[in-house]
Amino acid sequence: MAHANSTSHGSNYLNHEKGLWSWLTTVDHKRIGLMYLATVLTYFLVGGIFALLIRLELFTPGGGNLITAQTYNRFFTYHGAIMVFLVIIPAIPGSIGNFVLPMMVGAKDVAFPKLNLFSYYVYLAGGIFATLALFLGGADTGWTFYTPYSIRTSGAVILVVFGAFIAGFASILTALNFIITIHKLRAQGQSWSRLPLLCWSLYATSVIQILATPVLAITLALLIFERVFKIGIFDPALGGDAVLFQHFFWFYSHPAVYIMILPAMGVISEIIPVFSRKPIFGYKAIALASFGIALVAFIVWGHHMFVTGQSELANFVFSLLTMFVAVPTGVKVFSWVGTMYKGSLTFNAPMKYAMGFIELFTIGGLTGVFLATLPIDVHLTDTYFVIAHFHYVMVGGTIMGFVGGMHYWFPKVTGKMYNESSASVAFWLILLGFNLTFFPQFIAGAQGMPRRYWSYLPEFTLMNQLSTIGSWFLAVGFAWTAIYMIRDARKGPKAGDNPWGAGTLEWQSPSPPPHDNFPVDPVVTTWPYDYRGIKI
Amino acid sequence: MGNHGQVTPGTYHHGHHWKNAHEEFEGAKQGMWVFLVTEVLMVGALFVGYIIFRAMYPEAFHEAHKLLNPKLGLLNTFVLITSSWTMVLGVSSIQRGQVSRCLAYLMTTVGFGFVFLIVKYFEYSHKIHEGILPGGLYTYKELAMDKVPLFFSLYFMMTGVHAFHVILGMGLITWVMLRVKRGEVSKQFFTPVELVGFYWHFVDLVWIFLFPLLYLLG
Repeated sequence: MAHANSTSHGSNYLNHEKGLWSWLTTVDHKRIGLMYLATVLTYFLVGGIFALLIRLELFTPGGGNLITAQTYNRFFTYHGAIMVFLVIIPAIPGSIGNFVLPMMVGAKDVAFPKLNLFSYYVYLAGGIFATLALFLGGADTGWTFYTPYSIRTSGAVILVVFGAFIAGFASILTALNFIITIHKLRAQGQSWSRLPLLCWSLYATSVIQILATPVLAITLALLIFERVFKIGIFDPALGGDAVLFQHFFWFYSHPAVYIMILPAMGVISEIIPVFSRKPIFGYKAIALASFGIALVAFIVWGHHMFVTGQSELANFVFSLLTMFVAVPTGVKVFSWVGTMYKGSLTFNAPMKYAMGFIELFTIGGLTGVFLATLPIDVHLTDTYFVIAHFHYVMVGGTIMGFVGGMHYWFPKVTGKMYNESSASVAFWLILLGFNLTFFPQFIAGAQGMPRRYWSYLPEFTLMNQLSTIGSWFLAVGFAWTAIYMIRDARKGPKAGDNPWGAGTLEWQSPSPPPHDNFPVDPVVTTWPYDYRGIKI
Repeated sequence: MGNHGQVTPGTYHHGHHWKNAHEEFEGAKQGMWVFLVTEVLMVGALFVGYIIFRAMYPEAFHEAHKLLNPKLGLLNTFVLITSSWTMVLGVSSIQRGQVSRCLAYLMTTVGFGFVFLIVKYFEYSHKIHEGILPGGLYTYKELAMDKVPLFFSLYFMMTGVHAFHVILGMGLITWVMLRVKRGEVSKQFFTPVELVGFYWHFVDLVWIFLFPLLYLLG
């Protein structure tokens, strides 16, 4: 495995070894990151197509213009399951995290490179099982697989559940790798207080993945056994308790929301100081807030069950605790804004996406406080308001952070620069398309339109049509992003080693980086957000 | 885990991304601890399920637990604890470079694993024969009480998940034995033996909680 550092002949991780086989068997974290990226984006396309079809069906109030009710149920199940388990959860840690984290700490690789490759294949296997289900009977349970319906309905529920179960192990192994990498492989001089904020975020994410994912694993295993052997833990008809499933499920799936958003917050924390040319404001507060979020993540799951008949005391406590989420989150948002204050701002694509993140995530986060408020939640449960809320957080937050990160590290990964005006067009399409798609859903939801319905009352027509039109703008924006990114990765102008003038270690290495990441083992002497002496 | 060097007896080259072999060993050990945390959370959910249902239906659980055979449970507890002891001896022998002694201890550990599974097999087959089964499959006439099947849902899931881990552990120990035999594991590099040892102790520990909860608590 030991290779001489040779950058003098233009050798980098992309041309270090050649051929498809060298990619499929690579243990290089950078290549594995790109494999994750390709797979995640493929599933993003698939999940996105289902979303477009759902929106198209909802263009008119009467059901059945495009697809039957049964097909509709399957489509929203696939959309949710694919986007949650195969796209948003692995998106940033799997691709950007794998590529960037070891470089940020100045390491040659993650702690366990073979395990890293293994986790990619585990993820892929999970995806394949879930995809097989599409052709072998489908599933119409929604991505939450609520019992007892998920036990009794026909179709290939087991395959989808098994896919999510397997993908969970990939998530656990990536988290394990990151934790040990951060602990053991930091470069000389990189004390904890010099650790980049993306690493802090991914660390907090990993802790949640380690603690929450196994609970989902056993819950999904129980669900499979319940379907196959009627073991009767969740189905009331067999002596079990259906709400226990919801407790178990949300004990994972609520923290999973933070698994999805924390990495994006890390990306934003890297982008904002670089494009403000100012040290990040509140470094320690941002780092600690990640762990604050991780901690609170585990004690709020009951807010998904306000209407299941759990005790009023539990409802009250969960409602109160849920509002605490807003505290560390607010600390982050204010710190980002504080960083920009009196900074020297430039609005390249990464910064545009960071701005988009702050705008959309703030709307998503604040509507989360609405939903944490008991009486309001009782009114809004299972309406489009909830749909709009979590799309503002998941797409407006995580996907904005993900796409912003893809632009930010594009020159490092490819060695080329993307075209700024192409990126600008895509950004505005995505931002406007997103708001057009999801803002009307807040209104329709507040007026009482239920989620997961195939047809709706005529008074919701306008809001649904706006939403559907917005989805086309979103689709065009993402498609255009894919087109110019592929174009510029091949034919874009050469990017320098540090085009943004960033201070984290990955920018000290050539673009694209050599196989071993750094020509010389880096030694850290400064804080990563100190831009004095860095020329652009 | 973490081993990327070519290993020849006497000289061990650590993975190129580690500072030295000691750091690599420490990293692998930390990784294993983190992995065991995930295992604790996984079985933890089952324990929580057990505690909730037990608190809700104490009489049914009391009656149901009488159908288990505590003598066999106790026997298996002894078997597993002893196997943990032989595992420790296996680890300490490879640390001293005593290859054949290490192999003998590891073999004994796998043997105890088999004994455990055989006892479990007799327990399971007796229950299946009598119709003492989980949830919807329960047909045992002598004790037709509401929520008794739920006890056996938990019993079979918990002991089943545990038995699955025992089988995995036996597989891992066998894999380690092969590596010891091939000389890939030595006095200089014994990480796999030590880590599989961690795993095996964890599996024992789970049983040490399962035995009193299921067999003894009345």
